[in-house]
Amino acid sequence: MNLALLFDGMLVVLILAVAVWTVTVRDSFAAGIGYAVYGLLLALAWVRLAAVDAALTEAAIGGGLTSVLMIRATVRLRAGEAAARAATPGPLPRLLAALLGGSVAAGLALVVLALPDPAPTLAPQVAEHIATTGLGNAVTAVLLSFRAIDTLLEAVVLIYALIAVWTLTPDRFWGGRPGPKYETDPNGMLAYLARLLPPIGIVVAVYVLWVGADLPGGKFQAGTLLAAMWLLAIMAGLTEAPPISRRWLRGVLVAGTVVFLAIGFAGVPLAGAFLAYPEGFAKPLIVAIEAASMLSIAFTLALLVLGPPERRDQA
Amino acid sequence: MSQLLDLWTVLAVGAGVFFFFAGTVGLLRFPDTLTRLHALTKADNLGLGLVVLGLLPRVGSPLAGLKLICVWLLVLLASATASQLIARVARRAGPPA
Repeated sequence: MNLALLFDGMLVVLILAVAVWTVTVRDSFAAGIGYAVYGLLLALAWVRLAAVDAALTEAAIGGGLTSVLMIRATVRLRAGEAAARAATPGPLPRLLAALLGGSVAAGLALVVLALPDPAPTLAPQVAEHIATTGLGNAVTAVLLSFRAIDTLLEAVVLIYALIAVWTLTPDRFWGGRPGPKYETDPNGMLAYLARLLPPIGIVVAVYVLWVGADLPGGKFQAGTLLAAMWLLAIMAGLTEAPPISRRWLRGVLVAGTVVFLAIGFAGVPLAGAFLAYPEGFAKPLIVAIEAASMLSIAFTLALLVLGPPERRDQA
Repeated sequence: MSQLLDLWTVLAVGAGVFFFFAGTVGLLRFPDTLTRLHALTKADNLGLGLVVLGLLPRVGSPLAGLKLICVWLLVLLASATASQLIARVARRAGPPA
């Protein structure tokens, strides 16, 4: 028996087991941890499928950031958990929900199994035209050149998510600082890590962004790393989250989208179409968009984790 | 020479796997949080370190080897911090009944 096949089989079984466990476990904190493990295992599966770009994103967003969001949500909801459990719907609605979820999963499985073999693909066209972008990484070429409009809308969606979180702010705290004030031992382990790790993390993030033009990497992975480093410093009490009323903060949040749109509209007179890049300038423009988007993504993701403002700005 | 390196890889990775195995058994069998943490850190520190040492002769370039060592050092840092934090919470919560 092939060793690689054995490994893949074990990975699939493990992913399914963790998924079932995450759905069925009673304690929501444990479910949050299970979700993080699930994300990391899924990243391994993407590596095995040779989709390293997807693996990096899954590890950073699915395994890392989304899990932090989930765990923070459960901690926040803990006070009301008993009430929520007491209000758990009866067997009939739960059966219906299970039926609905199961039929969606079965439908998806049917669709995937019914795909023609080989599956329809645009990969040859991408390989044919990638030279015009000056990039070496086909994923980045698709995301920022051939299908740039999708990526632009994705960035806008992130900002909408943050606005949705901010709308939960109580009136008296509007414009204040998000999240609690973290008090930790200034000589403790967490403060030590928060001093030691961010320089390394920032270098790795810039590397991941830069290398994304030719190798797996890019703004999302790099932005998540930056967000994690910033959150670490905030949670260790070394720095404070800025009040959401600050103009520089709001500027940074929209910078990525603004640069993207500006370059996109500049393409109308210069290259003949919205989001078209003038010949020979594709790569520098794409790197500029990626750099600006990385900063916006980092701030947006970190502020999503921190949540709505909880205290007034005592400036 | 290459056979010697192969032997080294097999020995070191084998020892690393042993520490991971022992750490996992400890995690499952030990009675309370602190001893379980103790078992887990052995797997992280020694197990991963030995696996990395064993793989070093197999890397294609010195840069790849450096990356492997960096991964080990970063995991050391992260696991040491995480186990400290977990241990502090466990101690504050008091001994298990």
